[in-house]
Amino acid sequence: MSATSSTILNLPDQRTASLPKRSYLNNEDGLMSWLLTGDHKRIAILYLISITLFFFIGGAFAGLIRLELLTPQPDLVASDTYNKLFSMHGIIMVFFFLVPSVPATLGNFLIPIMLGTKDLAFPKVNLLSWYLYWIGGIFTLTALVLGGVDTGWTFTTPLSTHYLNTHVVTAAMGVFIAGFSSIFTGLNFIVTIHRMRAPGMTWFRMPLFVWSHYAASILMVLGTPVLAITLVLVALERTIGIGVFDPTKGGDPLLFQHLFWFYSHPAVYIMILPGMGVISEVVSTFSRKRVFGYTAVAFSSVAIALFGFFVWAHHMFIMGVSNYSALVFSLLTMLVAVPSAIKIFNWSFTLQKGSITFETPMLYAFGFMGLFTIGGMTGVFLGALGMDIHLTETYFIVAHFHFVMVGGMLMAFLSGIHFWWPKMTGRMYPESLSKLAAVTTFIGFNLTFLPQFILGYLGMPRRYHAYPPEFQVLNVLSTAGATVLGVGYMLPLLYLAWSLKYGAIAGNNPWQATGLEWQIQSPPLTENFIEIPIVDYEAYDYEWLAKKMEQEVTTVG
Amino acid sequence: MDNTIVATNPSTTEAAVAEEHAHISLPQHRHHFETEEQQREAGTFGMWLFLLTEIMFFGGMFFAYLLYRNWYYDAFVVGSNQLSIPLGGTNTAVLITSGFFMALAVWAAEVRKRALLMLFLVLTTVFGFVFLGIKYVEYHEKWELHHIPGAHFDVSQFVNPKAYGLKEEPIAPDMAQKVQIYFSLYFAMTGMHALHMIIGVGILFWLMWRAQRGDFTSGYVAPIENFALYWHFVDIVWLFLFPLLYLINRHPM
Repeated sequence: MSATSSTILNLPDQRTASLPKRSYLNNEDGLMSWLLTGDHKRIAILYLISITLFFFIGGAFAGLIRLELLTPQPDLVASDTYNKLFSMHGIIMVFFFLVPSVPATLGNFLIPIMLGTKDLAFPKVNLLSWYLYWIGGIFTLTALVLGGVDTGWTFTTPLSTHYLNTHVVTAAMGVFIAGFSSIFTGLNFIVTIHRMRAPGMTWFRMPLFVWSHYAASILMVLGTPVLAITLVLVALERTIGIGVFDPTKGGDPLLFQHLFWFYSHPAVYIMILPGMGVISEVVSTFSRKRVFGYTAVAFSSVAIALFGFFVWAHHMFIMGVSNYSALVFSLLTMLVAVPSAIKIFNWSFTLQKGSITFETPMLYAFGFMGLFTIGGMTGVFLGALGMDIHLTETYFIVAHFHFVMVGGMLMAFLSGIHFWWPKMTGRMYPESLSKLAAVTTFIGFNLTFLPQFILGYLGMPRRYHAYPPEFQVLNVLSTAGATVLGVGYMLPLLYLAWSLKYGAIAGNNPWQATGLEWQIQSPPLTENFIEIPIVDYEAYDYEWLAKKMEQEVTTVG
Repeated sequence: MDNTIVATNPSTTEAAVAEEHAHISLPQHRHHFETEEQQREAGTFGMWLFLLTEIMFFGGMFFAYLLYRNWYYDAFVVGSNQLSIPLGGTNTAVLITSGFFMALAVWAAEVRKRALLMLFLVLTTVFGFVFLGIKYVEYHEKWELHHIPGAHFDVSQFVNPKAYGLKEEPIAPDMAQKVQIYFSLYFAMTGMHALHMIIGVGILFWLMWRAQRGDFTSGYVAPIENFALYWHFVDIVWLFLFPLLYLINRHPM
């Protein structure tokens, strides 16, 4: 079919937009229609509510940590309590917010629509994954209510198996179960991407959002089971003392590290890759250009996933691994910087000569690009052996991964939430307020975590609730920044809730974007498409769109 | 609604619709799949992926096995000699037989013979139970000999085998302690395997209940097929466990 006859794009007038009478939101009523739904969009909403809850629980712990570190003296909480605070912060943020954040919400909502299909391959498995998430979450919250856990999020042996008298097994079971929720999400995505694409939707016509989720799903499916068995072994060690990680019985605690980081390093990419997918969509839409080097960006996601499995020992440089393996892992670690840089450079080239506009998602995307670059570059510092030995276990590490996870992933998450909010709810968020939130978040973030780079470089160790008085100024700055950051995160919660009722009607395609998800009504029908689309055009065809709109103006004029 | 904008090619759509009518005849067809074939392919592909996660799950333990066997080879040999080859060998045969009946069950479902399908499913289950029974006997013996790792672990048989009428060479007490690692892995690996068997037997009962209703003998065999994949996978795990745990030292050194 030639481009001229095709009507792939749908650019209705925003002013006359109205909410559709029937959509996935009002197709069925009642609580049970939500709790027993198979609809990927409803499950995405369930996930969105759940992860937001866990985000604010984890955030509250972060607030308490920063409050304790306001003064050098250990005055707010006891040292044990402080250990529990950062452990719960880590466990909740990593396993209950970051890992499911974009995939389980935006990914769940959008992947079937972007591929032109009615649902994910296994809707019941999808719902099961949400329930597993909650069972895992309840286990973790139970551990919290019973008195918490103070292993750190890494469950490091022999600390977790021999020396602690807290609720390690309960928390580990929580993570174990939540892991299966992640496995099922990844499995569902891979099968859907392989088997459910609409006619004409070839691999290289898929939006980059789908590609990055594909790469993240590979990591979920291959990495998470290893974490599962590791946690089972920790639980067995604690309960019956099997000795696999116990040096007194001949076991090796380092084996735990190998198994744990074999999952947990790829998990970092599970967290960041979907965010990169969001940025590709947003940058392309608000530059009105096809993503520069589409194929390179697509393959760089897969490359990150592959390399991600061969770098885990860089978490263990100071733990007595052999010098030769440290050397190899150091080199492999730097290799990951290549596909990450490919992405950053390609987004920059996408911006070049684009018609850039600064809507909220774009502001968050800019935040992502800057902060992720800093986070990624400091990752290369840490990958270098000499630097790592100086900086590991200091605040430099804390700052590094918060730049990637919070500065990168959370910015991407918020960018995506704002970008697709009109599609998910049918209503616009308030633009000026959300711009304010984006800027507040950016300022607050930098104020919180830039001082931590300096603190780490000066040698302030992580995981202590007291510190020498000369570090106070920087710590006060960091705590002040955390307050600003907190405001930055509260704002979207409030105005997005407000917009559900009072936001302007969004219409089908408020961003005049080319993706399949923008061609259907907002909010979509339960079955997404009345008729399965046949895709005969490339992704991000903004040049074609620009020409078409020019013609229209000429015709009318 | 504005959904009608989607470009369609009339000829292919008609063909697709015709094909759909030809195919959608079964109640098991789920609405979000275009064709039944797509549904079946997706199901099988999903099952294979799930088995991949299982490989990674067991992989962690195989990795630990590799490491400790290299470190404590003597202890692993001694531990391995404690296991009964006749029982393990019988169990291997039992499990392969069970897998064979499962394969026959798939065939029976494909040729739509309900009675045969039921028979083979029952036989699969019976042999599954026989396996678990023999495994219980083996575990129980270890319990009596205090060879379960933990506080009550007893090394006297390994440091002084003659006193127990064993022909083996004694090993040093510190190495004897390492036999615990062997048994830890033995129980963790065979225990996880047995857990998979128990889950499998549970699913078998559900499949039998559905097969009795005739669900799988009208052309819809996906659940039987996918379960067979799972069951064979569990067999294969055992085929690795048996030589690694039972047969380490069965060749002259």
